[in-house]
Amino acid sequence: MSFFQKTDGSGVLLLAPGDNIAVAACDLPAGTVREIAGQRVVLERAVEVGHKFAIRRIAKGERVIKYGAPIGVATQDIAPGEYVHLHNVTSDYIPTYTFDAGHEFLKEAH
Amino acid sequence: MVIDAYLRTDGRKGIRNTVAVCYLVECAHHVSREITYPYREKGAHLIGFPGCFPNAYSHKMLERLCTHPNVGAVLLVSLGCEAFNKGRLLETIRESGRPVKLLVIQETGGTRKSIAEGQAWVAQTIEQLKNTPRAPMPIEELIVGTICGGSDATSGLTANPAMGRAFDFLVERNATCIFEETGELIGMEHWMARRAENPALGEEIVKTVAKAATYYATYGHASIGPGNADGGLTTIEEKSLGAYAKSGQSTIRGIVKPGDVPVAGGLYLLDVVPDGEPRFGFPNISDNAEIAELIACGSHVILFSTGRGSVVGSALAPVIKVCANPATYKRMSEDMDVDAGRILEGRATLDEVGREIYELVLRVAGGEQTKSEALGHQEFILTYKRFEPLGPACFPSAA
Repeated sequence: MSFFQKTDGSGVLLLAPGDNIAVAACDLPAGTVREIAGQRVVLERAVEVGHKFAIRRIAKGERVIKYGAPIGVATQDIAPGEYVHLHNVTSDYIPTYTFDAGHEFLKEAH
Repeated sequence: MVIDAYLRTDGRKGIRNTVAVCYLVECAHHVSREITYPYREKGAHLIGFPGCFPNAYSHKMLERLCTHPNVGAVLLVSLGCEAFNKGRLLETIRESGRPVKLLVIQETGGTRKSIAEGQAWVAQTIEQLKNTPRAPMPIEELIVGTICGGSDATSGLTANPAMGRAFDFLVERNATCIFEETGELIGMEHWMARRAENPALGEEIVKTVAKAATYYATYGHASIGPGNADGGLTTIEEKSLGAYAKSGQSTIRGIVKPGDVPVAGGLYLLDVVPDGEPRFGFPNISDNAEIAELIACGSHVILFSTGRGSVVGSALAPVIKVCANPATYKRMSEDMDVDAGRILEGRATLDEVGREIYELVLRVAGGEQTKSEALGHQEFILTYKRFEPLGPACFPSAA
């Protein structure tokens, strides 16, 4: 794995050549247009620094690839420019705990 | 560059000259805190173990911490009736050549008398430690641990790989570097195994991460929380990818468990997840539990990356905080030693920040205070765990 040395001023980071997501290097507003890996991508919503979005279509069941490594599986089809996070990706190992979603810990506490 | 260190009678060298005040059960915590408080800016640090029941792990941890090269003297504070084997710990510290005193609250006559007697000893010992012999310490004798806390999606982009670069610079000079958090390396086990010095060690690395995954699955919660998710981390694999970047690019020479001090320079993985059937709860209840374990493995100084903005330091070893997120740095710069978010802003390269961290490690080893030290942070936590001894494949092939 090799890490990026510096940003190119585009506000977008493509971390490894085969990745199907890119990362915001700064807060990007909805409608931001970028050409990434030969594809024109339009952000469907605002993306905060460090958060990620699809740069090509990711089918339900396909792995999301960041820095060349799988970071989880798509739970629904994801379009280019779509925000990628808990609502459309899940872990291959242990699900991520959040305050909502009626997690069993909260049920135990009440 | 050579560090002006404190020479201990066992030949090890420390970069701080601390008086550790150590409670041996929660019942002695208040007295210990009161003893420490007036001297906290003069080198007295509070550590301890809250449990009343005996535990091999916590005993080993306190042995290693009380004889850590950054520690010059130890005051043990016992209630009197707890099960901790205070006589054995006292003997281990005495054998290390350090000034040590055991204060038993039930024998001294209660809270007020124990605080007075403890403070008198600490005051006198701080004076005595001013005469500690100094010795030059080459970089290869330095042990540096790394951890991330309050991570967000910028941690794995800036601070963690920059600390990895600092690790590479240190390992090139034959220093010892330790990374850990196998629960936050889930998904990276095969990448790590390829960096092992030999295939047997690679297999051990894979097993170590599998153990962590089982442990966390049993408790129904990976080492990723709502704050991580708000910061853009979606899954434990993604968090792991960022956490893994702290290890740099060097060959992995071995695995250690809490309290094992690496015998030769190079990069080591610290396995913090207990062995056997899951018990005693989550493997690491908060960041300082892991920091205490890194220190028990001999770490003189800790590199701590944060994206959301952690403020912690530690007892016994200075903590250098590397801030990953530019917005967090703007809000919390008083707590941060390094602004790694500059990489995202295009104001610095990864190598430049890595070099800056490396140079800061050497300055801090030479006595420069970190932000958390200057702010008086001395967090410490130690709870129950259980470990089995390391297998032969975990050690480096050549000492």
